Amino acid sequence: MRLPKFAYFAPRTVEEALNLLADHGEGARVMAGGTDVMVKMIHGLLKPTAIISLLEIEELRGIHFDAKDGLTIGATAPLADTASHPDIVKYYPALVHAIRSMANVEVRNMGTVAGNICNAAPSADTAPPLMVMNGEVNLASLKGQRRLSLNEFFRGPGVTNMIHGEILTSIHVPPPLPKSGVSYQRISARCGVDIAAVGVGVGIVLAGEACKDAKIVLGAVAPVPMRALETEELVQGRERAQELLGQAGDRAAQEARPISDMRASASWRRKMTAVLTRRALDEAFERASRR
Amino acid sequence: MKHQIRFTVNGDEYVVAVDPRRTLNEVLRDDLNLTGTKLGCGTGDCGACTVIVEDRTVSSCLTLAVSVNGKAVRTVEGLAPSGEELHPIQEAFVKTGAIQCGFCTSGMEMAAAHLLSRNPSPGEEEIRAGLSGHLCRCTGYNQIVEAVSVAAEAMRNSKTEEVKG
Repeated sequence: MRLPKFAYFAPRTVEEALNLLADHGEGARVMAGGTDVMVKMIHGLLKPTAIISLLEIEELRGIHFDAKDGLTIGATAPLADTASHPDIVKYYPALVHAIRSMANVEVRNMGTVAGNICNAAPSADTAPPLMVMNGEVNLASLKGQRRLSLNEFFRGPGVTNMIHGEILTSIHVPPPLPKSGVSYQRISARCGVDIAAVGVGVGIVLAGEACKDAKIVLGAVAPVPMRALETEELVQGRERAQELLGQAGDRAAQEARPISDMRASASWRRKMTAVLTRRALDEAFERASRR
Repeated sequence: MKHQIRFTVNGDEYVVAVDPRRTLNEVLRDDLNLTGTKLGCGTGDCGACTVIVEDRTVSSCLTLAVSVNGKAVRTVEGLAPSGEELHPIQEAFVKTGAIQCGFCTSGMEMAAAHLLSRNPSPGEEEIRAGLSGHLCRCTGYNQIVEAVSVAAEAMRNSKTEEVKG
């Protein structure tokens, strides 16, 4: 056995899970698909005293969409189910693209969007598209519920603003606005099996031909998926044009704060931030103009 | 503390007492002696340990055995239950030279079974996407892709015959 010693629980309700989490203190860890938690345990980076599996909690598995309330992705809905859900395919194509470019079939069958967010890797593929679509997380604790914008969720690599005793029960995304378009572009050394070296999410809303609202999030070029606020401001009020795409790419590259690591050098990450921002902004304009 | 779990593997029911630390891969190989499922990287990157739980492929090295309580597991041994007559996927792997050392084969075949259950006529790109994350250090992949295509055709044809017959 390569894993550290832990007690295992598979509660049937969120309340039961919250009680277990409180009873077992700081050493308890919540797990869904296990594709991150298990790997961290195997590598000795995580030594929980208790694992609380969410997989038997029926109410956390669902994916719901309606045109008024938007999209709710339950904490244990697998990545594969999310990417093949007909409403998500239709209304949230950038999220589908992000998921399909992640990992492999088996990991997408096991892993969840919620897990990708809770793992809080700076390179998390689902973070940029969810953030530019104003995604939020629903957190439950014994004290009650709270909803937190994904913009305020990440604190550093592997660190979030969740507090011990909280469970992320679902992710909520508002319905897409008229004349809005979202794109996610990513690059890695080989293909999806590799973790993204850079990922860029862009979401815009048009008024006529001009962009009236832009959100741009850069992945894997800072300690957390980061908003490129200056680039957003630059795009504001502008129409789709090659010149704008180039300027936005350059500005995003300036804003990025990449490091060099085994996946890519900082200077290459900066260059790719420019390229991917250009492409994502172009596709977001294209999608917005068709809605 | 050990947990008693009850689950089926290739239709046979097992009741096993497992430590929660043990993976499905360890229980299949060490307790049930079903060694067709391999352990490669042990971290979900190589695909060698792939099995089907309920109706989807998972990495057995990242699956805790306790979590399959009450579930149906299918391994490569379940593809050819008699041990003699091969499954069309296995036949195609043999026929096209898609096996060299064989270490990736069971994972590849389970991924192919999963793919073909959802898409009976996959194109080359779809086959490559369905097998992505399954690493083979021998064949260069082309024969494996061909094998899945050949298997798909054989399975479609036998289905048509069943309907006719």
